[in-house]
Amino acid sequence: MSGDLELLIDRTACTGHGLCAELLPEVLDLDEWGYPMIPSGPVPSGLEQHARRAVTACPVLALRLARIAGR
Amino acid sequence: MTSMALDRDPARSWHSARTAPPAGRLPRLLLEAGADGDLAAHVHRHGPVPNRGGPGLLLPTLEAAGLTGRGGAGFPAGRKWRTVAAGNRSAVVVGNGAEGEPASGKDAVLLTTNPHLVIDGLLLAAEAVGARRTVLVLAPDRSVRGAVDTALRERRDARRVELVEASDRFVAGEESAVVDAIEGGPGLPRSTPPRVFDQGVGGRPTLVQNVETLAHVALVARYGADWFRGVGTTAEPGSLLTTVADAGGRWVAEVAHGAPLGSVVNVSDEVQAVLVGGYHGTWLSASVAHRADLSRRSLSRWGASPGAGVLVALPASACGVVETARVALYLAADSAGQCGPCLNGLPRIAVVLEELARGRATRRDLDDLARWAGLVKHRGACGHPDGTVRFVRSALQVFDAEVEAHLAGSCRRTDARPVLPVPDVGGG
Repeated sequence: MSGDLELLIDRTACTGHGLCAELLPEVLDLDEWGYPMIPSGPVPSGLEQHARRAVTACPVLALRLARIAGR
Repeated sequence: MTSMALDRDPARSWHSARTAPPAGRLPRLLLEAGADGDLAAHVHRHGPVPNRGGPGLLLPTLEAAGLTGRGGAGFPAGRKWRTVAAGNRSAVVVGNGAEGEPASGKDAVLLTTNPHLVIDGLLLAAEAVGARRTVLVLAPDRSVRGAVDTALRERRDARRVELVEASDRFVAGEESAVVDAIEGGPGLPRSTPPRVFDQGVGGRPTLVQNVETLAHVALVARYGADWFRGVGTTAEPGSLLTTVADAGGRWVAEVAHGAPLGSVVNVSDEVQAVLVGGYHGTWLSASVAHRADLSRRSLSRWGASPGAGVLVALPASACGVVETARVALYLAADSAGQCGPCLNGLPRIAVVLEELARGRATRRDLDDLARWAGLVKHRGACGHPDGTVRFVRSALQVFDAEVEAHLAGSCRRTDARPVLPVPDVGGG
């Protein structure tokens, strides 16, 4: 499963702008304070482009996509 | 006393080093009353730092000993050393004496009474992983700093050891916070990955090891793995330092893993519950505390762990809801404030507990608390939100009758004196 990507967040950087959840609503919900809730595991296939866009849109660069380690 | 010890024949000191003390005897790390902690007395007691013949040779002994970290997480020391030693850049070794937990005093006691054992372990670790830098991180405590300064000046083999002051926050001892302090930052946790054993100080693989763990290393290197396993259980060998508070006062005691909890902390009829593992730990009812042993295996049955060895007995005259609320407010105020869920969730959780303690909370408030507890868990850069939630949830379970009384507006406390120590947190 070399192609599996996961979303990783730097919680110390995230300030809850919420753009990621707007661009990737299939995967990300915001909690009641506006911070994204990131499900563990791979980004569902077909949504990689949307995930990439969410990563790029984050104003504080708190989000990144990484290949899942240990596969 | 120093001069007397210095006059001793070095050969005799060496001889004493090769005669291991009885493996079943405790304490190992703490000194008997009246014993001196200076270098001469230390060398007379244990002999000089043993020559391990180069990098890495201590590792198999350490792994055979089964020593685990004594800072709270309990990770096998050998596995950590091997990971750091295998890194593709030369490593940094850090002795962690930050001890941010207000209820813990064992690292401060060890460092002030027996600093040379810690320094021995630090130097052995540095040698074993081929470290380029060797750092000792201390809590901002004048007496600890003074004792360590004095000890370092006494020896010639520790000139490379750098001293760094940790922040005074609860989370100061978290390993990425320690790395942050060494790099000149405020000493707050950092986002992972990378983990510090991959990329820590200056991007180098960094071994962060609690000072008590290092003191055990100093003895394992001298007396071997079998000696180390002379106390404790097969799964959890060796002794650990505990900070105990009960009706008899507050003190540091060294005990064997697997000792009955009731033999370490006084769980008399006047005790309603015991806090195990500190403010990120777990409340146990007195009846559970009677059945539990001081080991991960035993305590895991109740979702608890020895942590860094904090044990506090709550007298029947106190109120577990009031105590938990006061500590929760401190934990919320002392959040590093870096991660949204912790920054937003912890104060809300603490305020509900405070309202409950005052008899003004409703069941709906408790539902909110439960939801917020779920929202902060696993969503911090460090373990602060998870540990706080563990502590609060265990309180609501163990003190369920007291919670009901508070929902009805009453409190059965008969003594208003606080039991759990909480420092002042400026700013709020």
